[in-house]
Amino acid sequence: MSNVELSDLGAGFSDMSLGSQSVFRSALEALSYPGRPVQLAVTFEAPKAAHASSSGLLLALLEPGSLLWLSPSLVNTDAAAWITFHTGCKITPAQHQADFAWIKNWDELPLLANFSLGTDEYPDHSTTCVIDIATQDTSATRAPLLTLTGPGIAQSATIEQLFATSAQLKSFVEQWHQNHTSFPRGVDVFFATHTGLIGLPRTTHIQLSV
Amino acid sequence: MLQQSDSRLSTTQSARAQWLALLARAPLTLLEQVLQPHTQAAPHWLRKPETGLMMVQARTGGSGERFNLGEMTVTRCALRLSNTPVHRNVGIAYVVGRSHRHAYLAAVADALLLDESVHRELERSLLAPVRELLAANKLARQARAKTSKVDFFTVARESNVDGDDGETS
Repeated sequence: MSNVELSDLGAGFSDMSLGSQSVFRSALEALSYPGRPVQLAVTFEAPKAAHASSSGLLLALLEPGSLLWLSPSLVNTDAAAWITFHTGCKITPAQHQADFAWIKNWDELPLLANFSLGTDEYPDHSTTCVIDIATQDTSATRAPLLTLTGPGIAQSATIEQLFATSAQLKSFVEQWHQNHTSFPRGVDVFFATHTGLIGLPRTTHIQLSV
Repeated sequence: MLQQSDSRLSTTQSARAQWLALLARAPLTLLEQVLQPHTQAAPHWLRKPETGLMMVQARTGGSGERFNLGEMTVTRCALRLSNTPVHRNVGIAYVVGRSHRHAYLAAVADALLLDESVHRELERSLLAPVRELLAANKLARQARAKTSKVDFFTVARESNVDGDDGETS
Protein backbone atom coordinates (compact mmCIF):
# COMPACT_ATOMS: atom_id res chain seq x y z
CA MET A 1 0.00 0.00 0.00
CA SER A 2 2.95 2.25 0.68
CA ASN A 3 3.77 3.41 -2.82
CA VAL A 4 0.29 3.51 -4.25
CA GLU A 5 -2.22 6.25 -3.57
CA LEU A 6 -5.79 5.32 -2.81
CA SER A 7 -6.88 7.65 -5.60
CA ASP A 8 -5.23 5.39 -8.19
CA LEU A 9 -7.19 2.31 -7.22
CA GLY A 10 -10.06 0.89 -9.22
CA ALA A 11 -13.40 -0.23 -7.85
CA GLY A 12 -14.25 -3.77 -6.80
CA PHE A 13 -17.23 -5.77 -8.06
CA SER A 14 -20.09 -3.47 -9.02
CA ASP A 15 -22.36 -5.94 -7.26
CA MET A 16 -20.35 -7.85 -4.71
CA SER A 17 -22.48 -10.98 -4.40
CA LEU A 18 -23.39 -11.37 -8.07
CA GLY A 19 -19.88 -10.50 -9.27
CA SER A 20 -18.06 -12.90 -6.98
CA GLN A 21 -20.60 -15.67 -7.58
CA SER A 22 -20.17 -15.35 -11.32
CA VAL A 23 -16.37 -15.47 -11.03
CA PHE A 24 -16.58 -18.41 -8.62
CA ARG A 25 -18.75 -20.22 -11.14
CA SER A 26 -16.08 -19.64 -13.82
CA ALA A 27 -13.37 -20.90 -11.46
CA LEU A 28 -15.36 -24.08 -10.77
CA GLU A 29 -15.80 -24.64 -14.47
CA ALA A 30 -12.10 -24.09 -15.13
CA LEU A 31 -11.15 -26.69 -12.51
CA SER A 32 -13.85 -29.11 -13.67
CA TYR A 33 -12.61 -29.04 -17.25
CA PRO A 34 -8.83 -28.76 -16.96
CA GLY A 35 -7.23 -27.10 -19.96
CA ARG A 36 -10.41 -25.49 -21.25
CA PRO A 37 -10.24 -21.68 -21.40
CA VAL A 38 -13.13 -20.21 -19.42
CA GLN A 39 -14.37 -16.66 -19.87
CA LEU A 40 -14.73 -14.47 -16.84
CA ALA A 41 -17.20 -11.63 -16.42
CA VAL A 42 -15.33 -8.42 -15.64
CA THR A 43 -17.60 -6.27 -13.48
CA PHE A 44 -14.74 -4.52 -11.69
CA GLU A 45 -11.85 -2.20 -12.51
CA ALA A 46 -8.79 -4.38 -12.73
CA PRO A 47 -5.40 -3.03 -11.68
CA LYS A 48 -2.90 -2.19 -14.42
CA ALA A 49 -0.16 -4.50 -13.21
CA ALA A 50 -2.05 -7.76 -13.78
CA HIS A 51 -4.63 -9.45 -15.99
CA ALA A 52 -8.29 -8.79 -15.31
CA SER A 53 -8.93 -12.54 -15.12
CA SER A 54 -6.41 -13.21 -12.36
CA SER A 55 -7.45 -10.05 -10.49
CA GLY A 56 -11.11 -11.06 -10.62
CA LEU A 57 -10.39 -14.59 -9.47
CA LEU A 58 -8.42 -13.41 -6.45
CA LEU A 59 -10.98 -10.69 -5.72
CA ALA A 60 -13.66 -13.37 -5.48
CA LEU A 61 -11.65 -15.97 -3.56
CA LEU A 62 -9.66 -13.96 -1.02
CA GLU A 63 -11.09 -12.91 2.33
CA PRO A 64 -9.76 -10.98 5.33
CA GLY A 65 -6.90 -12.95 6.84
CA SER A 66 -6.00 -14.87 3.67
CA LEU A 67 -2.27 -14.93 3.03
CA LEU A 68 -1.20 -13.97 -0.47
CA TRP A 69 2.31 -14.40 -1.86
CA LEU A 70 3.27 -12.04 -4.69
CA SER A 71 5.95 -12.59 -7.29
CA PRO A 72 8.61 -9.84 -7.26
CA SER A 73 7.19 -7.66 -10.04
CA LEU A 74 3.76 -7.51 -8.37
CA VAL A 75 5.05 -6.37 -4.98
CA ASN A 76 4.26 -2.69 -4.34
CA THR A 77 2.20 -2.35 -7.52
CA ASP A 78 -1.39 -1.16 -7.80
CA ALA A 79 -2.40 -4.82 -8.01
CA ALA A 80 -1.10 -5.47 -4.50
CA ALA A 81 -2.75 -2.34 -3.10
CA TRP A 82 -5.99 -3.08 -4.95
CA ILE A 83 -6.35 -6.65 -3.70
CA THR A 84 -5.51 -5.78 -0.09
CA PHE A 85 -7.91 -2.83 -0.12
CA HIS A 86 -10.85 -4.81 -1.46
CA THR A 87 -10.38 -8.16 0.24
CA GLY A 88 -8.48 -7.33 3.43
CA CYS A 89 -5.99 -10.12 2.71
CA LYS A 90 -2.44 -10.04 4.00
CA ILE A 91 0.66 -10.11 1.82
CA THR A 92 3.20 -12.64 3.01
CA PRO A 93 6.83 -13.05 1.95
CA ALA A 94 6.81 -16.70 3.09
CA GLN A 95 5.90 -19.04 0.25
CA HIS A 96 5.16 -22.03 2.44
CA GLN A 97 2.58 -20.09 4.46
CA ALA A 98 0.65 -18.65 1.54
CA ASP A 99 -2.95 -19.64 0.84
CA PHE A 100 -2.70 -18.07 -2.61
CA ALA A 101 0.15 -17.05 -4.88
CA TRP A 102 -0.10 -14.45 -7.62
CA ILE A 103 2.65 -14.88 -10.18
CA LYS A 104 3.23 -12.24 -12.81
CA ASN A 105 4.83 -14.37 -15.51
CA TRP A 106 6.84 -17.48 -16.25
CA ASP A 107 10.17 -15.91 -15.35
CA GLU A 108 9.07 -15.46 -11.79
CA LEU A 109 7.53 -18.87 -11.24
CA PRO A 110 9.22 -20.20 -8.11
CA LEU A 111 9.57 -23.87 -7.25
CA LEU A 112 6.09 -25.27 -6.72
CA ALA A 113 7.40 -27.53 -3.98
CA ASN A 114 8.22 -24.45 -1.87
CA PHE A 115 4.54 -23.61 -1.56
CA SER A 116 2.27 -25.13 1.04
CA LEU A 117 1.17 -28.57 -0.13
CA GLY A 118 -1.37 -29.05 2.64
CA THR A 119 -1.35 -32.05 4.93
CA ASP A 120 -2.71 -35.56 4.42
CA GLU A 121 -5.58 -34.67 6.76
CA TYR A 122 -6.20 -31.27 5.15
CA PRO A 123 -4.98 -31.37 1.55
CA ASP A 124 -7.25 -28.38 0.86
CA HIS A 125 -4.90 -26.15 2.88
CA SER A 126 -2.42 -26.05 0.03
CA THR A 127 -1.48 -22.95 -1.95
CA THR A 128 -3.48 -22.05 -5.05
CA CYS A 129 -1.19 -20.51 -7.66
CA VAL A 130 -2.51 -17.98 -10.16
CA ILE A 131 -0.09 -17.44 -13.03
CA ASP A 132 -0.51 -14.54 -15.45
CA ILE A 133 0.33 -15.51 -19.01
CA ALA A 134 1.68 -12.68 -21.15
CA THR A 135 -0.66 -11.54 -23.88
CA GLN A 136 1.83 -12.01 -26.67
CA ASP A 137 5.51 -12.48 -26.42
CA THR A 138 7.39 -12.29 -29.67
CA SER A 139 10.65 -13.47 -28.16
CA ALA A 140 9.21 -16.87 -27.28
CA THR A 141 8.92 -19.12 -30.24
CA ARG A 142 5.80 -21.17 -30.68
CA ALA A 143 5.73 -23.18 -27.49
CA PRO A 144 5.29 -26.93 -27.44
CA LEU A 145 1.86 -28.21 -26.55
CA LEU A 146 0.92 -29.47 -23.14
CA THR A 147 -1.24 -32.56 -23.38
CA LEU A 148 -3.49 -33.10 -20.40
CA THR A 149 -5.21 -36.24 -19.19
CA GLY A 150 -7.07 -37.02 -15.99
CA PRO A 151 -10.42 -36.46 -14.26
CA GLY A 152 -12.66 -34.05 -16.14
CA ILE A 153 -11.06 -34.74 -19.51
CA ALA A 154 -12.73 -37.23 -21.84
CA GLN A 155 -9.75 -38.23 -23.99
CA SER A 156 -7.07 -35.62 -23.75
CA ALA A 157 -6.92 -31.85 -23.78
CA THR A 158 -4.21 -29.49 -24.92
CA ILE A 159 -3.10 -26.11 -23.72
CA GLU A 160 -1.65 -23.82 -26.34
CA GLN A 161 -0.31 -20.31 -26.22
CA LEU A 162 1.30 -20.38 -22.82
CA PHE A 163 4.04 -18.20 -24.32
CA ALA A 164 6.74 -19.92 -22.37
CA THR A 165 10.05 -21.13 -23.70
CA SER A 166 10.65 -24.85 -24.05
CA ALA A 167 13.00 -24.81 -21.08
CA GLN A 168 10.42 -23.11 -18.88
CA LEU A 169 7.70 -25.54 -19.87
CA LYS A 170 9.99 -28.51 -19.40
CA SER A 171 10.89 -27.42 -15.91
CA PHE A 172 7.23 -26.79 -15.13
CA VAL A 173 6.19 -30.25 -16.30
CA GLU A 174 8.94 -31.84 -14.21
CA GLN A 175 7.75 -29.94 -11.17
CA TRP A 176 4.19 -30.92 -11.95
CA HIS A 177 5.16 -34.62 -11.91
CA GLN A 178 6.73 -34.03 -8.53
CA ASN A 179 3.54 -32.31 -7.42
CA HIS A 180 1.71 -35.46 -8.48
CA THR A 181 3.78 -37.81 -6.37
CA SER A 182 2.70 -36.09 -3.17
CA PHE A 183 -1.02 -36.63 -3.92
CA PRO A 184 -3.45 -36.00 -2.19
CA ARG A 185 -1.23 -33.10 -1.18
CA GLY A 186 -0.10 -30.61 -3.82
CA VAL A 187 -0.81 -27.20 -5.32
CA ASP A 188 -3.50 -26.27 -7.83
CA VAL A 189 -2.78 -23.84 -10.64
CA PHE A 190 -4.83 -21.32 -12.58
CA PHE A 191 -3.36 -19.87 -15.76
CA ALA A 192 -4.77 -16.41 -16.38
CA THR A 193 -4.79 -15.09 -19.92
CA HIS A 194 -6.04 -11.69 -21.00
CA THR A 195 -9.42 -13.25 -21.81
CA GLY A 196 -10.00 -15.89 -19.18
CA LEU A 197 -8.85 -18.71 -16.96
CA ILE A 198 -7.42 -22.18 -17.53
CA GLY A 199 -7.59 -24.50 -14.56
CA LEU A 200 -4.98 -27.10 -13.74
CA PRO A 201 -6.01 -29.10 -10.67
CA ARG A 202 -3.49 -31.36 -8.95
CA THR A 203 -5.25 -34.45 -10.36
CA THR A 204 -4.32 -33.63 -13.96
CA HIS A 205 -1.43 -35.37 -15.71
CA ILE A 206 0.67 -33.32 -18.12
CA GLN A 207 2.77 -34.47 -21.00
CA LEU A 208 4.95 -32.31 -23.14
CA SER A 209 4.41 -32.96 -26.84
CA VAL A 210 6.57 -31.18 -29.36
CA MET B 1 -9.44 12.27 21.11
CA LEU B 2 -10.02 14.96 18.56
CA GLN B 3 -6.92 16.87 19.41
CA GLN B 4 -4.65 13.86 19.55
CA SER B 5 -2.38 13.54 16.57
CA ASP B 6 0.01 10.73 15.91
CA SER B 7 3.58 11.89 15.50
CA ARG B 8 4.15 9.29 12.79
CA LEU B 9 1.54 10.91 10.56
CA SER B 10 2.30 13.88 8.38
CA THR B 11 0.48 17.14 9.07
CA THR B 12 -1.90 16.66 6.15
CA GLN B 13 -2.71 13.18 7.36
CA SER B 14 -3.40 14.32 10.90
CA ALA B 15 -5.51 17.21 9.58
CA ARG B 16 -7.50 14.70 7.57
CA ALA B 17 -7.84 12.41 10.57
CA GLN B 18 -9.27 15.33 12.52
CA TRP B 19 -11.86 16.26 9.93
CA LEU B 20 -12.80 12.60 9.47
CA ALA B 21 -13.43 12.42 13.22
CA LEU B 22 -15.58 15.57 13.02
CA LEU B 23 -17.57 14.25 10.06
CA ALA B 24 -18.23 10.99 11.86
CA ARG B 25 -19.79 12.90 14.74
CA ALA B 26 -21.63 15.49 12.62
CA PRO B 27 -25.42 15.48 12.77
CA LEU B 28 -27.05 14.02 9.67
CA THR B 29 -29.30 17.02 9.10
CA LEU B 30 -26.35 19.40 8.89
CA LEU B 31 -24.48 17.12 6.46
CA GLU B 32 -27.58 16.80 4.26
CA GLN B 33 -28.08 20.54 4.22
CA VAL B 34 -24.49 21.59 3.48
CA LEU B 35 -23.67 18.84 0.98
CA GLN B 36 -26.97 19.05 -0.89
CA PRO B 37 -25.41 20.55 -4.08
CA HIS B 38 -22.78 17.79 -4.22
CA THR B 39 -25.02 14.77 -3.78
CA GLN B 40 -27.07 15.14 -6.95
CA ALA B 41 -24.81 13.00 -9.13
CA ALA B 42 -24.36 9.33 -8.31
CA PRO B 43 -20.93 8.69 -6.81
CA HIS B 44 -18.39 6.26 -8.20
CA TRP B 45 -18.13 3.66 -5.46
CA LEU B 46 -14.80 2.17 -4.58
CA ARG B 47 -16.36 0.39 -1.64
CA LYS B 48 -20.09 0.60 -1.11
CA PRO B 49 -21.30 1.32 2.43
CA GLU B 50 -20.95 -1.79 4.55
CA THR B 51 -21.77 -2.30 8.20
CA GLY B 52 -19.66 -4.46 10.44
CA LEU B 53 -18.21 -4.84 13.88
CA MET B 54 -14.97 -3.36 15.13
CA MET B 55 -13.19 -4.23 18.33
CA VAL B 56 -12.67 -1.18 20.51
CA GLN B 57 -9.55 -1.31 22.62
CA ALA B 58 -8.84 0.73 25.70
CA ARG B 59 -6.24 1.21 28.40
CA THR B 60 -7.03 1.49 32.08
CA GLY B 61 -6.48 5.09 33.08
CA GLY B 62 -5.30 5.79 29.54
CA SER B 63 -1.87 4.31 30.23
CA GLY B 64 -2.34 0.72 31.38
CA GLU B 65 -2.23 -2.46 29.37
CA ARG B 66 -4.36 -2.52 26.26
CA PHE B 67 -7.51 -4.61 26.56
CA ASN B 68 -10.57 -5.32 24.43
CA LEU B 69 -13.38 -3.13 25.65
CA GLY B 70 -16.06 -4.49 23.35
CA GLU B 71 -17.32 -4.49 19.80
CA MET B 72 -18.94 -1.55 18.12
CA THR B 73 -21.10 -1.30 15.01
CA VAL B 74 -19.31 0.70 12.33
CA THR B 75 -20.31 1.61 8.77
CA ARG B 76 -17.62 2.45 6.25
CA CYS B 77 -17.38 3.34 2.59
CA ALA B 78 -15.01 4.79 -0.02
CA LEU B 79 -15.99 6.71 -3.13
CA ARG B 80 -15.01 9.12 -5.87
CA LEU B 81 -17.30 12.01 -6.73
CA SER B 82 -16.79 11.25 -10.40
CA ASN B 83 -14.44 9.06 -12.34
CA THR B 84 -12.88 11.85 -14.39
CA PRO B 85 -9.11 12.31 -14.09
CA VAL B 86 -9.76 15.77 -12.61
CA HIS B 87 -11.55 14.43 -9.55
CA ARG B 88 -9.48 11.43 -8.58
CA ASN B 89 -9.78 12.19 -4.87
CA VAL B 90 -11.13 9.29 -2.87
CA GLY B 91 -13.31 10.18 0.08
CA ILE B 92 -13.53 7.67 2.89
CA ALA B 93 -15.71 7.47 5.96
CA TYR B 94 -15.92 5.36 9.09
CA VAL B 95 -19.06 6.16 11.05
CA VAL B 96 -20.44 4.66 14.24
CA GLY B 97 -23.80 2.96 13.77
CA ARG B 98 -25.49 1.53 10.73
CA SER B 99 -26.46 4.63 8.78
CA HIS B 100 -25.30 4.14 5.19
CA ARG B 101 -26.47 7.65 4.37
CA HIS B 102 -24.25 9.15 7.05
CA ALA B 103 -21.23 7.21 5.81
CA TYR B 104 -21.96 8.30 2.25
CA LEU B 105 -22.28 11.98 3.17
CA ALA B 106 -19.16 11.91 5.33
CA ALA B 107 -17.19 10.36 2.45
CA VAL B 108 -18.49 13.02 0.04
CA ALA B 109 -17.39 15.71 2.48
CA ASP B 110 -13.97 14.07 2.83
CA ALA B 111 -13.48 13.97 -0.93
CA LEU B 112 -14.45 17.65 -1.18
CA LEU B 113 -12.18 18.64 1.69
CA LEU B 114 -9.23 17.09 -0.15
CA ASP B 115 -9.94 19.50 -2.99
CA GLU B 116 -8.07 22.76 -2.32
CA SER B 117 -10.62 24.89 -4.16
CA VAL B 118 -13.58 24.04 -1.93
CA HIS B 119 -11.73 23.20 1.27
CA ARG B 120 -11.92 26.68 2.79
CA GLU B 121 -15.61 27.09 2.01
CA LEU B 122 -16.48 23.72 3.49
CA GLU B 123 -14.28 24.31 6.51
CA ARG B 124 -16.42 27.39 7.23
CA SER B 125 -19.85 25.98 6.41
CA LEU B 126 -19.46 22.44 7.74
CA LEU B 127 -16.49 21.78 10.02
CA ALA B 128 -16.76 24.97 12.08
CA PRO B 129 -20.44 24.42 13.00
CA VAL B 130 -19.72 20.79 13.89
CA ARG B 131 -16.82 21.84 16.09
CA GLU B 132 -19.04 24.37 17.87
CA LEU B 133 -21.81 21.85 18.30
CA LEU B 134 -19.51 19.22 19.75
CA ALA B 135 -17.95 21.76 22.10
CA ALA B 136 -21.42 22.89 23.22
CA ASN B 137 -22.48 19.28 23.78
CA LYS B 138 -19.37 18.69 25.84
CA LEU B 139 -20.01 21.78 27.97
CA ALA B 140 -23.65 20.77 28.51
CA ARG B 141 -22.56 17.30 29.56
CA GLN B 142 -20.00 18.71 31.96
CA ALA B 143 -22.57 21.12 33.39
CA ARG B 144 -25.01 18.29 33.92
CA ALA B 145 -22.38 16.20 35.64
CA LYS B 146 -21.38 19.15 37.78
CA THR B 147 -24.81 19.34 39.45
CA SER B 148 -24.18 16.01 41.09
CA LYS B 149 -20.73 16.93 42.29
CA VAL B 150 -20.04 16.21 45.92
CA ASP B 151 -17.22 17.84 47.79
CA PHE B 152 -15.65 15.37 50.10
CA PHE B 153 -13.76 16.69 53.02
CA THR B 154 -12.18 14.97 55.93
CA VAL B 155 -14.12 15.28 59.13
CA ALA B 156 -11.67 15.78 61.88
CA ARG B 157 -12.11 13.14 64.48
CA GLU B 158 -13.35 14.48 67.73
CA SER B 159 -10.63 14.59 70.23
CA ASN B 160 -10.80 11.62 72.46
CA VAL B 161 -11.51 12.90 75.93
CA ASP B 162 -12.30 9.70 77.77
CA GLY B 163 -9.72 7.56 76.04
CA ASP B 164 -11.85 4.39 76.41
CA ASP B 165 -13.63 4.11 73.00
CA GLY B 166 -11.57 1.08 72.14
CA GLU B 167 -9.94 2.60 69.06
CA THR B 168 -6.66 3.32 70.68
CA SER B 169 -4.84 0.43 72.09
